[in-house]
Amino acid sequence: MKYSAIKVSHLRKSFRRRDGFRKTSQSLALDDVSFTVAEGETYGLLGPNGSGKSSLIRILSTLLIADSGEVRLMGHSLPAEQKVVRRIIGRVSVDAAFYKKLSARENLLYTALLYGQEPRAAERRALDILERLGMEDTRFSAPLEEMSRGMQQKISIARALVINPPLLLLDEPTTGLDPKSRRDVQAFLEELRSREGTTILLTTHDMNEAERLCARIGFLAHGKLIAEGTAAELKRLAHTDTLDDAFIRLTGEDLTSDQDSLAEEVVVEEV
Amino acid sequence: MEQSIRQTWAFLFRGYHLTRRYLSWVIVFNFYALVTSATVALIGVAAGDYQLTLTLVVGALLWNFMSTLYNEIAMSIAYERWEGTLEYTFMAPVSRFVHLLGISLFSLCNSIIQTVIVLAGLLVLTDLNLSGANIPGVLITIAISAVAFVGLGLIAAVLPVMSPERGAEATHIFQGSLLLVSGVYYPVEVLPRWLQPLSALSPATYTLSACRKLIGIGNSASTKEHLVSAPLSAVTHELVVLTLMGAVLMPLGLWVFGKIETWAKRHGKLKRTG
Repeated sequence: MKYSAIKVSHLRKSFRRRDGFRKTSQSLALDDVSFTVAEGETYGLLGPNGSGKSSLIRILSTLLIADSGEVRLMGHSLPAEQKVVRRIIGRVSVDAAFYKKLSARENLLYTALLYGQEPRAAERRALDILERLGMEDTRFSAPLEEMSRGMQQKISIARALVINPPLLLLDEPTTGLDPKSRRDVQAFLEELRSREGTTILLTTHDMNEAERLCARIGFLAHGKLIAEGTAAELKRLAHTDTLDDAFIRLTGEDLTSDQDSLAEEVVVEEV
Repeated sequence: MEQSIRQTWAFLFRGYHLTRRYLSWVIVFNFYALVTSATVALIGVAAGDYQLTLTLVVGALLWNFMSTLYNEIAMSIAYERWEGTLEYTFMAPVSRFVHLLGISLFSLCNSIIQTVIVLAGLLVLTDLNLSGANIPGVLITIAISAVAFVGLGLIAAVLPVMSPERGAEATHIFQGSLLLVSGVYYPVEVLPRWLQPLSALSPATYTLSACRKLIGIGNSASTKEHLVSAPLSAVTHELVVLTLMGAVLMPLGLWVFGKIETWAKRHGKLKRTG
């Protein structure tokens, strides 16, 4: 049994929002979420928009502090050891957040410098990653704003990997991509796992993608982890033939629907 | 150490390439800074009073330098939020000191270049003669005051972290207030009495006062052809106050930034907006 690369225990996160002068509302983004991911494993978190997937990724990325619960990445506790954790994680978010006027090369070199890396070695590594993702190196010097969404997302993956992290946090990396780009990214992630043993936490609402890439899958709805297991185990548990049906049966939700991001909303009078 | 130097360089690298890509806007901003400064300086020329012209030129140049420095630092977080890169910068393994040092160094370079451009333009548009001015003394004063302005910028930079919508607006209100109370174009004595104590809290008040003395403005022995400037020792009071302000504001800015960063992470305020 390999040790846990990701260990999340009883994680809880809520947000408070002001609604007018005297009232605030509280939304529960994550409610007592616990799971582990073994080293080298690809774990998928499935859930509709507003189910808490991005909040969870943000907590693991040191960008959010949980209200309670424990998070350990490669044995390092958050938020206490966030400086160490930042060196071992790479993140790809659903929106390819870049300096759009800068070229792919400039964006990637900036990231490499930010992580204290030697620029020339980082550039060689970035070119290698982009080639494996099926991108021509002639596009390397073009401004990001001139690139398609698929190309931008490939650059985003290269940015996460240019620092060579043992742990990759992917927040809907293929959402909005054309079929060819989606296939390129999925094939690359499979290759990455088998070649380099990278631990991957993947959030998605694409059932086929989850089934193809993930050794185990967790169903997240209204901030709660409803069920987890292999795709076969989840289908067996729900007595269904497809993962899509299993999700609907076990969570009572449809993956294509938008959950209110203020799930579990409680309106309270401000004291 | 080598890693910290690379991380600091990252912000200069980013700033340089963004400036290159937004060059037309940079030209527009520099042109606007030159024109507004010249417009003010020409009021002195129209009055036929070289002392007034010098007072306005020094005010325009120093305000241009200090406000650019403050504004670049204060708005750096807002710019990153608009670009959508804020989360990636905050999750990088770079200490906040190095992060803010990198931003401040780029802002300093930017401010110096813009001020030199405005100075060159004013030399062309007005009949300025700076012979006799204590230029080394002026540069020392500006260097000391830059530390205080970087500190102010760091404190103001937390505003866009706290409130994505209102924060950027608040930094400009604060900047405008400094312009009002610091005696940039007029003596602070002309301000309403209730407003005058605020001028003592602005680093710009001391910078402007020291630089005007060091240039020879207000000295009855100065003439249009030759200025009689004060030695550096004559502005000891201003330099001590500026040093103290820098010594307080710089660490205070870093401390406040750290506290607000933690608060923002508890309340989910680092997300992209705009």
